[in-house]
Amino acid sequence: MSLPRTLALFLLLIAAPLSAQDAVPPAPYAYTQLEDPAQEAKATALMQTLRCLKCQSQSIADSDAPMAGDMRHQVRSRIAAGQEPAEIRAWLVDRYGDYVSYQPEVSATTWPLFAIPALFFAIALLVLARRLGRERSDDTKAGDAV
Amino acid sequence: MLVEIGHAALWLAAALAILQMVSGALALRDAPGEPSPYALYARPAAVVQALLAAVAFATLLHAFAVTDLSVKLVATNSHSMKPFLYKLTGTWGNHEGSMLLWVTVLALSGGLLAFAERRLPERTMSATLAVQGFVALGFYTFLLLSSNPFERLPGPVAEGIGLNPLLQDIGLAVHPPTLYVGYVGLSVAFSLAMGALITREVNPNFAKVMRPWVLGAWVFLTFGITAGSYWAYYELGWGGWWFWDPVENASLMPWLAATALLHSVSVLAARDALRTWTIMLGVVAFSMSMLGTFLVRSGVLTSVHAFAVDPERGTLLLVLLGLYIGGSLAIFALRASSIAEGKRFTATSREGALVVNNVMLCAILAIVLLGTLYPLLTEAFDVRVSVGPPYFNPASAIFAIPMFMVMAVGPLLRWKDDSPARIGPELALLGAIALVAVALVAFLGDYPVLPTLGLALAAALAVAALLPLKGRRLTRVPTATWGMVMAHFGVAVALFGMASESAFTQERLAAIAPGEIEEISGWTVQLESVDPVSGPNWTAMEARLSVSRDGGEPVILRPQARNFWSPAQATSESSLLTRWDGQLYAVIGDAAGVGADGKLRWQLRVWWKPFVTFIWYGGLLIAFGGVLAIVGRVQVDLRRRKAVRVGAERRDEKAALAGSRPAAPEPAE
Repeated sequence: MSLPRTLALFLLLIAAPLSAQDAVPPAPYAYTQLEDPAQEAKATALMQTLRCLKCQSQSIADSDAPMAGDMRHQVRSRIAAGQEPAEIRAWLVDRYGDYVSYQPEVSATTWPLFAIPALFFAIALLVLARRLGRERSDDTKAGDAV
Repeated sequence: MLVEIGHAALWLAAALAILQMVSGALALRDAPGEPSPYALYARPAAVVQALLAAVAFATLLHAFAVTDLSVKLVATNSHSMKPFLYKLTGTWGNHEGSMLLWVTVLALSGGLLAFAERRLPERTMSATLAVQGFVALGFYTFLLLSSNPFERLPGPVAEGIGLNPLLQDIGLAVHPPTLYVGYVGLSVAFSLAMGALITREVNPNFAKVMRPWVLGAWVFLTFGITAGSYWAYYELGWGGWWFWDPVENASLMPWLAATALLHSVSVLAARDALRTWTIMLGVVAFSMSMLGTFLVRSGVLTSVHAFAVDPERGTLLLVLLGLYIGGSLAIFALRASSIAEGKRFTATSREGALVVNNVMLCAILAIVLLGTLYPLLTEAFDVRVSVGPPYFNPASAIFAIPMFMVMAVGPLLRWKDDSPARIGPELALLGAIALVAVALVAFLGDYPVLPTLGLALAAALAVAALLPLKGRRLTRVPTATWGMVMAHFGVAVALFGMASESAFTQERLAAIAPGEIEEISGWTVQLESVDPVSGPNWTAMEARLSVSRDGGEPVILRPQARNFWSPAQATSESSLLTRWDGQLYAVIGDAAGVGADGKLRWQLRVWWKPFVTFIWYGGLLIAFGGVLAIVGRVQVDLRRRKAVRVGAERRDEKAALAGSRPAAPEPAE
């Protein structure tokens, strides 16, 4: 695989959204807050748990990508229309898949994310109990090491 | 020509790594105590290797400085019109260059170890250098076979492609090199741990040799992470300072392991306890460094599938990772049983508190590791899962909160055994401070649980950090103790900054025309004008904002929306106004159309972030505490060496006197 060609392709890919950004003006609520502070707070909290699909590890609340702007507009206008954050999240998940939501939820694909920390917790307690639970004298056999 | 010299130097360095490895390993065949003829070569090989690697890096630096467009790496990552500083930093702003920097730092630290370290038994030193040579050899192989930075193009090109504009920043000039020094400093800790394990020399003497390396690496990691966080904060333009991005996690994981290791190695040095634990953490810490390098450098983060399509580099790194981690764990499994565990202690002792916190740090490390790797794992099976702040924050808090509580108390406890009743008043004081802080925050408003707890813990920790100084003559407190106090106080400061930022930040997003005014948390922000400006390789729209606090003297801020032209990319240059109690963060966006009054409007984003700067002040304090600890240890070591020397001289004098006295009277008789 030639490096210059890969690189040119990569540059083309990152340049493409730029030209798109220039062509279409951002939706009104992409960069404007809602009038009602309570609604805006609700929208911000939701936006911080939604993934910007075009970025690396950024929520739509901290991205300049045009798609993040459009999604912010969607979130704000739906909150303004009286929808609940959970509804909006469900709508977005329906549209873009689970990947769009940072909100941790237990499902067939994510259960290890919750089971394993619980296991860590148990292991941590066990290690501490073994290490600190009882007093032992200095000459305990080495095989007892943690 | 210079480039070819660099390339040759790299090959020679690799050859010397083999010599270092073989010589160190052969020296182990002879019986302990006997000077081995083979051991002779390991030290010089490490030192010369360091020089050769430095030459290789210097030639690449030169190629970037003069923009030698016949070198493929320069042509693809640099541009003749770039500012000189960013030409230089561009050397490590790409895969090959940054791997060369990695290997150079590895060789330099190996050389320093071989040149300066004389306290260890020679056998342990030979084993350590053999392991260090083995590690270095792997990365030379990786560099020379799959990431050659010195490759020439068939003919020079007319102009280079350029460097990612986000990376054209002073933050990048310092951030990766500091992190690499940290990563690679841990390689020495790893080699020392392996050397001590192989020669069964896990004792306080070994811990004292290992400690400055761990502390040094940890200081650089702390500083690198702090700098990286601040870079992301001002460069990405949305005021976020930590994203739990895999690349950030890749630097956080070695830091967590190194933090646990440095506490563990201190216990081993002071109390001869936690032997196997220290060795294990040494292995884990460097494994995390290598894992971080693999994650960032293999391309696996961009896409697991892209990685699978072009797996050459990633596979090689993965093989190295498996070899080193697997190999060290195998040696650990074989030898751990032959190492006595060391001195005992009770749960309510300083060692006990340190063990609790080591376990907690490891648990947080495990959470970060899981959250970072799990999405990569599922992606391989075509299931895309997002793991982000809503997962990492609470999951790590489960372990971080008890850790901070124990951290407040630990330094107050005595070694070996203590009774909780002895520190009753202090416990009551710290508990009261935390409760008052919670009550105060609850009184101020309705804030989320984690920031509230963070504020309370920060208040209690800040006081607790200073308590070890209570009742002591401050002039007689050892420098290393000052280091601990400083670092722990820094944790409180950083925690306060994080909690305050997430609880109290105010945001104002608006589309306004020049002349219009926005208000935020007592600040008045007036957009005076928006004008085009240009730099060496960019053009920008620059806003002139006149900001004043509570009607005070106005200050001018000039945020820019920059468009770089090689490569083409837009970035937001935020403008920050720092006050003691926080930062005003202003960003100018695109034009937002013409308003009802016929004027052109601009997107303006302004944040007021109370005490956000404390996050990085805290980080710097932590790093500075580490520096103090190193200085303190070196002071003690030098003083002890001097005392030993003076003692030896006195003994010699006495012996000379004693020898001459019976002889002296004789002629008189």
